[in-house]
Formats: sequence, structure tokens, C-alpha cells
Amino acid sequence: MATEALDTVVVARPREASELKAQRVRAAMWFLVPMLAALAVVAAWPLLRTIYFGFTDTTLNNLYGGEWIGIENYLNWQVLASGAVRWRGILADPAWWGAVRNTVYFAVISVTLETIFGMIVALVLNAEFRGRGFVRAAILIPWAIPTIVSARLWGWMLNDQFGIINDILLKLGIISQKIAWTASSDTAMTAILIVDIWKTTPFMALLILAGLQMVPRDIYEAAKIDGVHPVKTFFQITLPLVRPAVMVAVIFRTLDALRIFDLVYVLTPNSSSTKTMSVIARENLIDFNKFGYGSAQSTLLFMLIAIFVILYIWLGRVNLSGEGSR
Amino acid sequence: MIRYLKWTSFYALVAVIVVIAVFPFYYALVTSFKSGTALFRITYWPERFDISNYVSVLTGRNFPISIWNSIFVATLTVVFALFLAVTASYALSRVQFRGRGLILMTILAVSMFPQIAVLAGVFELVRFLGIFNSPWALILSYTIFTLPFTVWVLTTFMRDLPIEVEEAAIVDGASPWVIITQVFLPLMWPALVTTGLLAFIGAWNEFLFALTFTSSETTRTTPVAIALLSGASEQEVPWGNIMAASVIVTVPLVILVLIFQRKIVAGLTAGGVKG
Repeated sequence: MATEALDTVVVARPREASELKAQRVRAAMWFLVPMLAALAVVAAWPLLRTIYFGFTDTTLNNLYGGEWIGIENYLNWQVLASGAVRWRGILADPAWWGAVRNTVYFAVISVTLETIFGMIVALVLNAEFRGRGFVRAAILIPWAIPTIVSARLWGWMLNDQFGIINDILLKLGIISQKIAWTASSDTAMTAILIVDIWKTTPFMALLILAGLQMVPRDIYEAAKIDGVHPVKTFFQITLPLVRPAVMVAVIFRTLDALRIFDLVYVLTPNSSSTKTMSVIARENLIDFNKFGYGSAQSTLLFMLIAIFVILYIWLGRVNLSGEGSR
Repeated sequence: MIRYLKWTSFYALVAVIVVIAVFPFYYALVTSFKSGTALFRITYWPERFDISNYVSVLTGRNFPISIWNSIFVATLTVVFALFLAVTASYALSRVQFRGRGLILMTILAVSMFPQIAVLAGVFELVRFLGIFNSPWALILSYTIFTLPFTVWVLTTFMRDLPIEVEEAAIVDGASPWVIITQVFLPLMWPALVTTGLLAFIGAWNEFLFALTFTSSETTRTTPVAIALLSGASEQEVPWGNIMAASVIVTVPLVILVLIFQRKIVAGLTAGGVKG
């Protein structure tokens, strides 16, 4: 690596070398200070404040008027006159558990399907054929469209009365009557999944394609000469070799899926069958004036994602930093 | 014969992929040129070009302001992110010191933050600084997702440049600042364009912070304006205007992405972060 090479250059002149190196390290520290300060201000400090607010009964109208209430936002109980115990707080809140279920369901289904479709698209783009550049440009379009815009586009296409999707499905005879995709609680999550998969499969495909292009072509040629069936080639050669690339893509996508907010907020507002953890946390923070309660929910989502990251790195032994693999 | 069949099915698959990818945007274009009752008649091909939706969106009171807000916020976000990232990534990629790995891991961890986790804290900060409902609130908060990404990609890029690049300058006793501005910056244009573009797209598309930190129609960015365009009832949703506004904010992005295709793909795979 470059910096190691630099040390050998420097070693050639021992006397100036250490002075020069010290000067470089000092300059490096000064270069890092503004960036680290910025991250401390916009990331570390707000995160700590969110966690703190989660232990208070702060309201939106009066940010500094909250009092420390310990874990009451998370769980507390009251003994009623009848002697029965009434549990309250997030961990006893059915709306919260509904959001957890929706989020996890969404993340698992969307990432799985995006990986499969992304793999198919990547394999197509990895083949050599006329018009490949055109196809690659075409699949970048869903990625380039802002999420809010794609939510609106699909909201129109999935409209129950005038939507073109119902029209196509009716003409093909797949459905016999129009479906209220975004309004009905049975199909709202499906609508969310359709839009997310449409929008994000290109990203998945490009990451997997980058992995595929690292696989040397002569491996395939050797397999072909040996008469290995293409399906077997895929599962025995291609898949193991692109596994690291796919793993990184899956991790990033899963993290993204767990925090989904905008698509749900715009495509299916007020549908309890699609509300995710981010949506419900913001609802409490801003709309319901329960700033402390919403902060506690944000903290729980943060912890879920943090645990997920640690588990994934630990189990998969994925070298995210890319150092050493180069 | 079998070869012909293979060829046909392969191109059929290609056609399906292209149609699915492009159709929604195509359909938005078709819809945006319809008005009145024509909107509610489903057609698969454009029939006529009625620009009244575009006229009504662009001459409206608030949407042009939203476009301007979006341009202002996204541009300044990119400038700040690149300025902070260039010097930081020089330190992280070319100088060896203890704790470098830790800083890199921290930056990666920040890029994985769910935005909702800092929403309450940033809200308080924004109120405290008195910048609530101004573009500065967005420029400040967008740093959280643009900065880690830019630092990460630029560090990867600079690390791969050969030592010969700065050797002569070091021997001449040039200071690190001179090395960055005279030696690295000229070499880094491709990487700066890529990361800048991805950061711009990220800021242009951002919704959660923009929705939460603005409260009046004149401070909204375009995603918020488009999300909140609605009619008095379900039947009165101005679909024509929504589609026209959507096309207006998407066309520049699509053009940019198509022009910088290769660079963007390289940047995405280096960063592994959704833009």
C-alpha cells in the first residue's frame, strides 16, 4: 500500500525522516479535526440527546421542560383498584409491536427478492450482448428517481379506479375486479414491497455486477471445456466467488430497509398494516407531541440496527473496511 | 435451433427488465401531458401534448421556490462535505498514525445510523441554533449522511494512488497542505465529481429531515412539496400537477446519471452506500 511505500522512501534518509514523519502526522491531526468536529455535532451529540430524551417526559412544545422518568417510556405498570396490573410503555404497546413486525417483514421480503432479482439482472449485464450499455442506463433510471417521486408515480399507477396496473391485470385476466392496492390493509404492504423492489433492485444489481466482473473469465471457459452444466457452474463457481460482494450489498440493503420511512409515509399514509418503526417514532415525536416517547422508540430502532450490524460482522466475518483485501 | 431459442429467451428477459425499469417514468411523462377528464382515461401511448400541468406548477406560488430551496441546500451540502472530506481523507489514506482504523470504523458506523435515531437530537439542536424552518437546518443535518460517504469514497480513491505521486513533493519539503492542493486535487477531479454528484442526489432526494425541519410552504424542498401536494379529498388529488412536478425534479437527475453513468457505478461500488 502507498503509505508503506512512503515509509521506505523516508527510511532512506534517517535523520530527516523522523522529523518529516512527525510533521506529517501533526498535519494529519489538524486535517481530521474539522471532520470529526462536524460528525460530533451532527451525529454523536444528537444521538446522545435522543437517548437522554427517551428517559424523560419531554414534549414537543416544551423541549427543556421534561423531567427524568427513568424507564417509564419503555415499561411501567399501574396497580388498579381492582388489584389487576396494567402494563404501559413501548414494550407493552401493541402499535409498537405491529410496527416492529411490519418493519422486519418488509426488510426480510424486500431484501430477499431484491437479491434474487438483482442477481438475475447482474448476470444479464455480465453477459456480452449488443445494447448492454443501453440496458445498464435503463436500469439506472429507477435508482435515479427520488423515493418520494417514485412513491407518487406508483401511487398513481396503483390507483384503484384509474390506475394502469389494475387495467393491465384485468386485461390479462389475472384479477377479476379492481384492487385498492394502497388503501386496503391486505395489499398495502405488497404495494410498498413492489415499489421498493422496483427502486432498489438496480442498486443490488450494480453491486453484484461489480463482484461478478472480478471473477476471471478463464474459470468459465475451463468449466465450459470440461462440459459442466451452466446451472452447476453458477452454483459451484459463480455464487461462492461473488458471495462477499453479495454479503456487503445485503448488509447495506438490510440496514436501509430497517429504517424505511419516506415510501411508507407517502404511499400508504395512515395504514396500520404498513407503519414501520421509523414512521411510528416520528409520529410520536412530532405529530402526537410525545417527544420523550418517540425518542425512546428511536433509541430502540437504533439499538436493533446496532445489534444487527455487530452480529452480521461477527457471524459473517465480513471485511467491511476493504483493507487487506486489496 | 436451440441456439436461436436461447438467443430469443435471453433478449425477451432483457426486454422485460428494460420495460419494468423504464415504464413508470414513461407513464408519468404520458400522464403529465394530460389534463381534465383525459387524465382519468387510461392510455398506453401519448396522445397529445397539453402543457397546462407544467404551466400551472411552474407559475404556482410555491413550487419554483421549492426548486430553488432544493438547489441551494443540495449545492451547499456538497461544497461543505467535499471541503471537509478532502483534507480528512488525505490524512486517513496517506499518513500512518495510531487510531486510523478506529476513525475509519467510526465513520462507517455513522453512515449506518438510522436517521430517525438522531432526529430528536438534531431537532433540539436546530431549535437551539435558531435555524428551524430555514435551509441551514437542512444543510447542517445532511452532513450526517453526506460526510461519512464522501470521506469513505475519497479515502479509498486516494489510497490507491501510487506513492510516486507525492514522492517528489515530499523530497522537496512541501507541506501537507501544498501536497493536497497542488498534487492531489488535480488528480482527484474524477473522484470529486462522482462523490459530489452522489452527495447532491442524496441531498436533493432527502425527505425525513426536510419534512421535520421545515414548517412553511416557502422553505420546503421539492420532495416535501411533492409529497404534500394533495387535494381537498381523495377524488381531487391533482394527479396531473403531481406528475408534472415529479418529471421536473427527476429529469435533471436522470440526465446527470446517464451522463456520469460509469463514474456513478464506480462510486457506488466503492462506497457501498445507497446514494
